[in-house]
Amino acid sequence: MKRLVPVAVHAALLSATLFALYPVLWVLATALSGAPMRSGRVLPWPEQPTLRHFADVLFRDDAIFFTQLANSLFIAAFTALVAVAIAAPAAYAMARFEFVGKRASLRSLLATQMFPGVAAAIPLYLILDFLNLLDTRTGLILVYGSTVVPFAIFQLRTAFEAIPVDLEEAAMVDGATRAQAFFRVVLPAARPALAVTTLFAFMTAWNEFILAATFLSAESRLTLPVVLQRYVGEHSANWAAFSAGATLVTIPVMALFFWLQRHLVAGLNAGGVKG
Amino acid sequence: MSQRALRCALLACAVASLTCAGQVAAAEAAEPLEPLVLWHAYGDGEAEALRQVLAAFEAAHPGERVHAVRLPFGVLASRLESAVPTGNGPDLFIDAHERLGRYIPRGIVQPLDPSADPDWDATVAQLEPQHVEALRRDGRLYGLPLSAKAVALFINRALVPEGGAPPAGLEAMLRRPLPQGVWPLAIEGEDTYFVAPIFHAFGAKLFEDGRYGLARDGEADPRAVQALERLAGFFRDGLIPPEPSGELVTRLFGGGQAAYAISGPWLAASLPADLDVRVIPLPGLEGAGPMRPFVTVEAIFRAGADAGAEASPAHDVRVAALAGFLAGEESAVLRATVARQVVSHRGAWERFTPDATMLAFRDAARGGVVMPGDARMSQVFEPTTRAIRAVVRGGVDPAVALAEAEARFDDAVRALPEAHDPSLALVLLGALLFIGAVVAVRRSLRAEVRRSLALSLPAWRYVAASFFAVLLLVITPLVVGAAMSLFATDGSEFRYVGLTHYVDILSARGGDLLGQGSFWRVLLVTVVWTALNLLLHVAIGVSLALLLHRPVLRLRAVYRVLLILPWAVPSYVTALSWKGMFHSQYGAVNALLAAVGVEPVHWFSRFGTAFAANITTNVWLGFPFMMVVALGALSAIPKELYEAARVDGASSWQQLRHITLPLLWPPLLPAVAMGAVWTFNMFNVVFLVSGGEPGGSTEILVSEAYRWAFTRGARYGYAAAYAVLIFGILWLGTRSRLVSRAMQ
Repeated sequence: MKRLVPVAVHAALLSATLFALYPVLWVLATALSGAPMRSGRVLPWPEQPTLRHFADVLFRDDAIFFTQLANSLFIAAFTALVAVAIAAPAAYAMARFEFVGKRASLRSLLATQMFPGVAAAIPLYLILDFLNLLDTRTGLILVYGSTVVPFAIFQLRTAFEAIPVDLEEAAMVDGATRAQAFFRVVLPAARPALAVTTLFAFMTAWNEFILAATFLSAESRLTLPVVLQRYVGEHSANWAAFSAGATLVTIPVMALFFWLQRHLVAGLNAGGVKG
Repeated sequence: MSQRALRCALLACAVASLTCAGQVAAAEAAEPLEPLVLWHAYGDGEAEALRQVLAAFEAAHPGERVHAVRLPFGVLASRLESAVPTGNGPDLFIDAHERLGRYIPRGIVQPLDPSADPDWDATVAQLEPQHVEALRRDGRLYGLPLSAKAVALFINRALVPEGGAPPAGLEAMLRRPLPQGVWPLAIEGEDTYFVAPIFHAFGAKLFEDGRYGLARDGEADPRAVQALERLAGFFRDGLIPPEPSGELVTRLFGGGQAAYAISGPWLAASLPADLDVRVIPLPGLEGAGPMRPFVTVEAIFRAGADAGAEASPAHDVRVAALAGFLAGEESAVLRATVARQVVSHRGAWERFTPDATMLAFRDAARGGVVMPGDARMSQVFEPTTRAIRAVVRGGVDPAVALAEAEARFDDAVRALPEAHDPSLALVLLGALLFIGAVVAVRRSLRAEVRRSLALSLPAWRYVAASFFAVLLLVITPLVVGAAMSLFATDGSEFRYVGLTHYVDILSARGGDLLGQGSFWRVLLVTVVWTALNLLLHVAIGVSLALLLHRPVLRLRAVYRVLLILPWAVPSYVTALSWKGMFHSQYGAVNALLAAVGVEPVHWFSRFGTAFAANITTNVWLGFPFMMVVALGALSAIPKELYEAARVDGASSWQQLRHITLPLLWPPLLPAVAMGAVWTFNMFNVVFLVSGGEPGGSTEILVSEAYRWAFTRGARYGYAAAYAVLIFGILWLGTRSRLVSRAMQ
């Protein structure tokens, strides 16, 4: 009986892992197939395996893919930076201060998540046009960054609340200002939650394509999801290239995940301790 | 951009130095002009041809530069509609002629003024008259045709050896003996565009006199009924594979698993090089006429100017020159030879040797029906496709399905609501603002309020940046979007309609309150959708977290990374992967079921199974997030509690029930609340996996809103009203005690 438990645990985890992997393997198999995949298979195995589609996606048009990859990385990284930079102080204030408008702010932040984006795209276009930020990376970073701020504030606020007040008070007794205490004591203690929020912001910007396709024009400024969408036409789609591109788009995110995974667990934990 | 310009310039120089070296010197001397901007949504081959054409244009017109912007196909129209009216549009764009009906009233396109160009009439005279006619409205020419697209019949010659005269009708062809496992015909047989030739063969029209053509006043056209019965027979007799998508057609025909295919030039471009294929125009149907496909004319259009732009004759000349060049002979030869376009320029066909495939597509276009250019034509597709699916998948009577399609069409093209007088609303708004201001001022005069305001000052400094960013880029667009729900527009007109949209939605516009597609029914589906998803997300996420949290576990890190994968891959790709896996004949899900002896399931034919497919996909996408949150919460539970419990002799089940689960729940609540809101508005999965099938029954509120905004005639006001209602429901839902405790 005792022996059977680990076997059952591994069996359960293994089947869950297969469930998680299976559709992704199909995407990979499509990307690696050199000929149309014969229909009706169970095993996601490529037909006439080839790396041609990856090469096509990477090196077409003088390898502009790498410029677009750089755009995506730039926009996603700065989105994360901007979002965390403006959300962290706000979350700190929400966690530590009582002030007029706090409850209303929290409620409004939650409310922004409830409104479907369908109605907001056109007004947003007009605002960016007014600010002369259409077809710029800055415009997109500001938009993504602001979109992520509400979730970031909630996430960080719970994390800050979980940090004992004594730590800051001790620092302030030693002569630090409130701001210094925030930067030198609270932020380092909340590093895991900051990592999670960064990851969340990064992914939001990394995968978004509707707004990017609406605001960007120049080939050299496009982000990867927009480029991927162009493999899908009205009646035809280049599924192999689409899948190869999707696989390539996933790799940086996986790398980030792998690097952050220990923080990720501890970070959401810190964010979740206070119920 | 500079790289591209450089490349264009280099190409231009190369071409120029071969043909007219003298003009290059002139080009260098000429005043630099603002480049002309051209938008298009061409695929790879056609984009390459366009690049060569533009290089030739720049070489032939010294000093002239063209900046081509390639947009994803699905984005071009909405992009034009937001960019042109704000003065951010291109000078010219390439699009299909049938969009004219939508673009003209919105001022997206303006007539091409020929007066300045002496060669204009000669250019136009060279173009296929049928294509030119498609671009004329009220006697004015709105664009120059570049090429035409229509579907034709592809024949795999390895499977169908040609001996003697080809059989007369399609049926005779499909009845030829074929090897085991080979389908007679690969066609997207549930899609209106591909089924249109069958309707046409029986003499039915999809759109006539501004009204739905396949049914009138609730009475289906008997010819259309015949056509659908014939089509359903093809499916029933196993001549056409079930649930055919464009991808399946390519896969089957390209893989030698189908003898014939009905598709367009795009299929020819994606076939393996070693496949022996012949293309002919569509044949006739037995007991009916020839199958005439819809013809789409792709044309170069001049984008509309915003109101503030001043007229510039010089600019007009440049635009006309580029349009004329693009439609002209040299360009047509390049487009035909590089991208194998069926070009509209008749003289160009003498300049190269077209192969049999190109000639077949040209004949197909000549024998086809030019797609009606009325804006309402675009509303024919969704209802008709639903009717076709209901007939071939669900066995619904064609007459009933078509009558329902007519009702859906009429609903989508219904007139805008009456304009209301906004003065009452303005007075109310003014009064509210005034009262608000008075209250605010009076409150701030009270001493304790002023003191707490002063005390709030330091906190506000921390909040300021977030406040302004969210106010400007999140809240303002949402408020403006919400305000749009009080207006109705068809592009040309913009009128205040008060609460009409809300009344219409909540009253199901006089229809059955729980009828198909009514707000209340969709709400019910949405609520069940959200509840089931959350339940499964939490159950699976927590179970996996508990397993992963066991003190001794080998391969823990490997499991953790792999289980997180569904969160990391872009969801618009994996959702499509899931859709393919739910295909009734070729999907992996049914293949797995067959391995354990279960009959194949037609997933998207019934509500229950289609809904289950959506749920499976969304659970797959969403469980990793819950798992990670639960893992975090678990590692926060103090170990001493378990030790104490063990000392007291508690079993591991008792520990789970009395320690783990109670302590897990509170930190999980915020994630569940956020998850509920996100799932409620999860548009991707429903749109990509079931697409609302069968008959729109699996739509949720947000996908319904998207349809009204983007596929059902751009009724942004109506969609905005949906968005506001969604917001209201979620707002009420999250005000419950349970949730507000979690958020505090």
